Amino acid sequence: MKQITINKDYEKKYGFKMPEKPVHSTEPGLSKKVVNEISEIKNEKNENDWINKFRLRALDTFLKKKMPTWGADFSKINFDEIIYYMKSSEKSETKWEDVPKEIKETFDKLGIPQAERSFLAGLGAQYDSDSVYHSILKPLEEKGVIFTDPDTGLQKYPDIFKKYFGTIVPPEDNKFSALNSAVYSGGSFIYIPPGVDVQQPLQAYFRINAQRFGQFERTLIIADKGSKLHYIESCSAPIYSKDSLHAAVVEIVALPDSHVRYTTLQNWSNNVYNLVTKRAHAYENATVEWVDANLGSKITTKFPSVYLRGRNSKADILSVAFAGNGQHQDTGGKAIHLAPNTSSRITAKSVSKGSGRTTYRGLLYVGKGASNVKSTVRCDALLINNESRTDTYPYNEIHDDTATITHEATVGKIGEDMLFYLMSRGLSEQQALNMVVMGFFEPFAKEIPLEYALEFNRLIQLEMAGSVG
Amino acid sequence: MASKLEIKNLHVVIDYKEILKGLDLTVNEGETHAIMGPNGSGKSTLANVIMGHPKYKITSGDIIFEGKSILALTPDRRAKLGLFMAFQHPLEISGVSLANFLRTAYKHINTGMDEKNIASVSEFRKLMKEKMNSLGIDEDFAKRYLNEGLSGGEKKKSEVLQATILRPKIAILDETDSGTDVDAMKTISDSINNLKKESNTGILMITHYNRILKNVKPDLVHIMVDGRIVKTGDASLADRVESSGYNEFAVVA
Repeated sequence: MKQITINKDYEKKYGFKMPEKPVHSTEPGLSKKVVNEISEIKNEKNENDWINKFRLRALDTFLKKKMPTWGADFSKINFDEIIYYMKSSEKSETKWEDVPKEIKETFDKLGIPQAERSFLAGLGAQYDSDSVYHSILKPLEEKGVIFTDPDTGLQKYPDIFKKYFGTIVPPEDNKFSALNSAVYSGGSFIYIPPGVDVQQPLQAYFRINAQRFGQFERTLIIADKGSKLHYIESCSAPIYSKDSLHAAVVEIVALPDSHVRYTTLQNWSNNVYNLVTKRAHAYENATVEWVDANLGSKITTKFPSVYLRGRNSKADILSVAFAGNGQHQDTGGKAIHLAPNTSSRITAKSVSKGSGRTTYRGLLYVGKGASNVKSTVRCDALLINNESRTDTYPYNEIHDDTATITHEATVGKIGEDMLFYLMSRGLSEQQALNMVVMGFFEPFAKEIPLEYALEFNRLIQLEMAGSVG
Repeated sequence: MASKLEIKNLHVVIDYKEILKGLDLTVNEGETHAIMGPNGSGKSTLANVIMGHPKYKITSGDIIFEGKSILALTPDRRAKLGLFMAFQHPLEISGVSLANFLRTAYKHINTGMDEKNIASVSEFRKLMKEKMNSLGIDEDFAKRYLNEGLSGGEKKKSEVLQATILRPKIAILDETDSGTDVDAMKTISDSINNLKKESNTGILMITHYNRILKNVKPDLVHIMVDGRIVKTGDASLADRVESSGYNEFAVVA
């Protein structure tokens, strides 16, 4: 009974749906025609022919590349059923009043405008394929901070955009980055000028509303010399019986002495395939931090990576995942050390409940000549039920013997004695399990702003419902 | 109504081995009982069974609290009725602060209580601070993860702290004095005496040492051998054990 109530809570808070009222939508399936149609809508053929060529090249790559077989099971994705582009509002607004009613209602229900008012420096909101809202605090705008969608980025700032777009994650990188590159729409384009410290976070919220739909946003962040940014992305989708697809690409360029933190609080419904490529290039003395929570979705495949290209650059990757019944969270991180005195830390924590499965997959690469590299990798997995599963695949490729590397992995089960201890203090079995799991994720929760930590704890409680066998 | 814990002819099996072999014991609110006995006599089993650890199987007998059998109740239900156990080996729970844990426990134990009687966050903090001070526990302790990295003595203090905040009707203290130094034992004893005075809590103290019984004076001392209570007497019985051991109580098989 309890489980049903809580899932209803989930549906009420995140899984609700609005009627589909697209102002433009492509036919289901992927073809050259669909890609050209997207380019047409975005006016790319007239002004920026190169992006249309980029898309077509990516489509070609996508069709040629084989489906990866090393990870999760992608065999059930039906690419022909998916709608690749759906525009629900004519343009991106800078005032909430101007956003179409049902879309605004969606974001109101999710508490997004309230968050913007209380603690954000800027907010972007995307609904299906396109950005519907983008705004940034005036003083930051005056300092030259750019926070907009990629279409606007390309039109208004072609020099910066063209210099970096597709260079960190080229379409050829993998099948899903190729897919994204062919049909990408929406996302964020961010530029922080030299020395600017964006003290409050910038946030983007990605909402899928449509059914059998694919969301392919693209995020490009350029942190210029000595700048500092904390970017947060969140997402959610209604619960449908048919599968949806989310294949995003995130590119970060952290120029010398910059500091970029990228926090993700993912909360997809269980019918979403989430196949994301996230990569950063860190130059001299730069720090890149991925703080990544993977909740929900049917399958998530995501390994945020940092290419440490400049001396003394640092990577910190914290990845947490929760896999419930029927879900597979294939997550982890990659640190590619290409310069001396670089350091990296990868921390992964995962919980599997019921038939849920988590996989840690990580790569630690130290190139020849990258001397005095320091790296620590730690992954902890917690299994709730007997049928829960976890696997660990840490890959190391070390070509410089001055590297100092530590690797630790643990797998735990919540034992009878621990539950007894907590229950002897008046907690029910479910409450005791929740408490242990929350404690397990505490190293993550304390890294994110309080408002998000509260949200994260709520989500974990929703995920934990019905875990007493 | 005065609370009463009655254990009647209790037989308990674990891994096909009988540990408790017909144990009888009654503890009333306000009373202090000590249970002494050689290793392996079943003392910790008794404590765990009263609290409802799922790994033990009760083959016959009953445990009655306030007139009703509690055998079918899960540990949390027993805790809510007013039973408490201070663990011999408290578990470490990473990421959960002592303050958060205790506040949660306090709320759950006191559900059903009038809203106005449940302490607010600030009142609770005050209560916790006061109890921590009297146990000589550093205030930073509240922020530390539950039992993680604590010394043996600190863990025992943390258990007693929980008892003094949750204020049970009957508290079972499983070797709460073991592994504590003289000073720690003194503060622990004071807190237990204070709990008795403030809440009229009945104490069932499992111990190997007469030392703590000089501070927390038992009304009755029970000698447990091979799964049964073989002798009950006043505090002088503990002195006898101290000087001549358990041999005289040995059961002839």
